[in-house]
Amino acid sequence: MSFNKQSPRRLRSAHSSLAAHGEAWVWLTGGSLAIAIGMITGLLLFITVRGASTFWPAAMELVELTDGRRVLGEITAREEVIDQSDDVPKPISRKLVRTANFEIDGKHYEWFDQGEILQISLPEWATAVERLEGGRFHGFPLRLLEGDRIVAEGSAQTWQAFVAVHAAARRRCCEALRIDRHDRGVLQRELRAARLAVVQADLDSGRESSTFAAAVASEQSVIKRTASQSVVLDQKTAALRNANVAWRVEFATAAGEKKMLALDSIVRAWQPNRLSVLGKLGVYGARWREFLVDDPREANSAGGVFPAILGTVAMTLIMSLLVAPFGVLAALYLREYATRGPLTTAVRIAINNLAGVPSIVYGAFGLGFFCYVLGAGIDDIFFQASLVADNQPTFGTGGLLWASLTLALLTLPVVIVATEEALSAVPNSMREGSYACGAGKWQTIRRIVLPRALPGIMTGLILAMARGAGEVAPLMLVGVKKLAVDLPIDSRFPFVHPEREFMHLAYLIYDVGFQSPNSQAARPMVFTITFLLIAIIVLLNGTAVWIRSRLQRRFIAQHF
Amino acid sequence: MQPQIDNRPENRVNATIPPQQSTPPPPADRLLAVAAGYEVPTEVHEQVLNESPVLEIDRFNLWYGTKQALHGITMPIPDKKVTALVGPSGCGKSTLLRSVNRLNDLVQSVRITGDMRLNGDSIYDPRMDVIDLRKRMGMVFQKPNPFPMSIYENVVYSLRIDGENNRGVLDEVCEASLRGAALWDEAKDRLYDSALGLSGGQQQRLCIARAIAAEPEVLLLDEPCSALDPIATGKVEDLIQELRGRYSVLIVTHNMQQASRTSDYTAFMYLGRLIEYGPTTEIFTKPILHETEAYVTGRFG
Ligand SMILES: Nc1ncnc2c1ncn2[C@@H]1O[C@H](COP(=O)(O)OP(=O)(O)OP(=O)(O)O)[C@@H](O)[C@H]1O
Ligand SMILES: [Mg+2]
Repeated sequence: MSFNKQSPRRLRSAHSSLAAHGEAWVWLTGGSLAIAIGMITGLLLFITVRGASTFWPAAMELVELTDGRRVLGEITAREEVIDQSDDVPKPISRKLVRTANFEIDGKHYEWFDQGEILQISLPEWATAVERLEGGRFHGFPLRLLEGDRIVAEGSAQTWQAFVAVHAAARRRCCEALRIDRHDRGVLQRELRAARLAVVQADLDSGRESSTFAAAVASEQSVIKRTASQSVVLDQKTAALRNANVAWRVEFATAAGEKKMLALDSIVRAWQPNRLSVLGKLGVYGARWREFLVDDPREANSAGGVFPAILGTVAMTLIMSLLVAPFGVLAALYLREYATRGPLTTAVRIAINNLAGVPSIVYGAFGLGFFCYVLGAGIDDIFFQASLVADNQPTFGTGGLLWASLTLALLTLPVVIVATEEALSAVPNSMREGSYACGAGKWQTIRRIVLPRALPGIMTGLILAMARGAGEVAPLMLVGVKKLAVDLPIDSRFPFVHPEREFMHLAYLIYDVGFQSPNSQAARPMVFTITFLLIAIIVLLNGTAVWIRSRLQRRFIAQHF
Repeated sequence: MQPQIDNRPENRVNATIPPQQSTPPPPADRLLAVAAGYEVPTEVHEQVLNESPVLEIDRFNLWYGTKQALHGITMPIPDKKVTALVGPSGCGKSTLLRSVNRLNDLVQSVRITGDMRLNGDSIYDPRMDVIDLRKRMGMVFQKPNPFPMSIYENVVYSLRIDGENNRGVLDEVCEASLRGAALWDEAKDRLYDSALGLSGGQQQRLCIARAIAAEPEVLLLDEPCSALDPIATGKVEDLIQELRGRYSVLIVTHNMQQASRTSDYTAFMYLGRLIEYGPTTEIFTKPILHETEAYVTGRFG
């Protein structure tokens, strides 16, 4: 080849230099990233603002209308609409007021046009009351009564007296509730266990056997013992309830109607217009605390979501524990042991396609296989008594274990693909170096390949966790319930109860937001639950990322 | 000892096809003849055959898929001596070296005929335990390949996989090996840092330390000094001098001075064939073939 040709081989033109400098690509790639970041932060910001503000005690405004009506509530939204009723359409602004008092007006929220509103004021003694049942109540305190005796009268005195007695009443109420739910539940479980033991003895060795007689005897003693314990509990709850029953608070609504509320039906009351910022923070914190550690009330639209938090975290962790070894071992075989050929390619394609199967199909599979085949088989062998006596399956229905397994299956492709990528990114020269030192295949994998691929495997697990924690559809089929009384993890042996049905935050969003009878009242809750779910996923992922970065620092260093 | 009879079918076919009768006679220049596809004989100096061999390579052929990379290599590697492999890039030096410890087994497309014997044991005997074979050899690769672990663990890797966990033994081996590879002074304060944080040249010396840690019978060095500065190169050459007489060393190098300084014997390879093989002094001063002389003096290649 000759290098002294006349025409220069490389032409310089404006076009080629633009392409070479890559200016255009910087803008295109940067722009794409900016759009993606914008959308994600927008979504997160929206959810964070809406979710975090739910519990803030907003000002209570007294709205006087042109038609003489008076309503008391929080203004939760403002908007501009076009009035079409006139010949000339003109924009009018309107306000959404959370009016509460559902049992009086039949609604939680109401829109008011600007024209209808005569005047808005902030009355000092306006009180927001959160009740055990029936949603919020807004009004002004009138008097506090113990039986027929008037303890306090007038807004200021009543409020003062209310604050003084409410905490104790509330505590008694909670204690009674705890005894009913928890202590009685324990007794019932003991009774059931004893009864099932009798049935099991019957099934195993017949009615004539000595084991059957022993079981019957022990059931009798359990019945006797629980009956006496139950009487004690009855006395306790009766005492607690009696101490509360006489106390009532009378309120007046903005319209002037009087309303008597039992003291122990009030969860919390506050007077936002009188509160300082610190006081508001106190209410805000107390409401968050209740949200995080309490059981739900009122069809999940109020109270706490603790069972759902526990269910979500437990399921995600068990899922990760199940999917990690499965996925990593499968990928190890595919990448390190299987000879490359059409079969492995086919398997790989099949795995990739699994990632595209709709999640509800996994749910159906989980229900059909795990619950009805595996679970029913386990029941037949180990939990026959429950099936015979109560017609109640133990593992033969949805539960924590089956839900975790189903989601493990769902996220398996993600883990396998990511692990395979990570394994193939381990340079072959490292493997050869290890073999040259006389290491065997497994020694090489365990000492060289896996440690080096671990950060990549962690990435796959992080993706799987995020995907699994946010999944709803399959869970509805394999064990997530609207309300699950018994927690899947508690302080009673064996602590983790894989057969129990559980609650899940993502399902709660669907349930509260779209299945609730008054979805409007529950909407703030939806945002808060979403916010919480995202926070939990961020927390779980953050931990995994932290572990990964520590590993990365150990195993992958740059050199030139 | 009787050579092992390898009765795999591919080993029975005669790999070397004689040139057709009708073709013109081969060019006088051996290298041109090789390039044109003719078989050329190997010139082996007599002294080589008088040495007792540690490794006998016997009519060894190797294919990558359909492409033949080694053609009928027959060479004895003298025991406890340093043998250098020289030749232009791509002539199959690394392939030959990797065949000695059967690393080429890992390449799926590789097919071989012929045999190698280590102290009389056939390397390619199906009954040969590959892991055991590799434990008797140490290898340094052309490109540094430290493991993703600490410097210390890198050095004692071959002891670790043999289950040696005695701290005292490991410490001793680690220091001795790092000193041998001229890395001790630089690494002694950071033994427990990641080996991947070392520079390229330091990594290569680490690989040398790793290879000599288990005191192998045969040391296979594939251009160990290509990434090293002259000082480190000098130290590695000193190390090779030290090893001479204790180990058998097979070293690939592109550096003719290095070959002449460090080795007892030198083999010149070209396009997968062994062209000339003899004592280093003779190869560099009075080789049989003028082609060899041209190569080692830098007039060709
Ligand atoms: N894995 C492989 N697959 C196919 N061909 C290969 C493979 N490895 C090496 N070869 C070929 O075999 C021939 C010999 O390669 P080898 O690496 O042994 O050369 P070399 O003498 O070590 O060269 P250098 O001095 O550049 O390292 C080359 O033509 C190369 O292209
Ligand atoms: Mg090479």
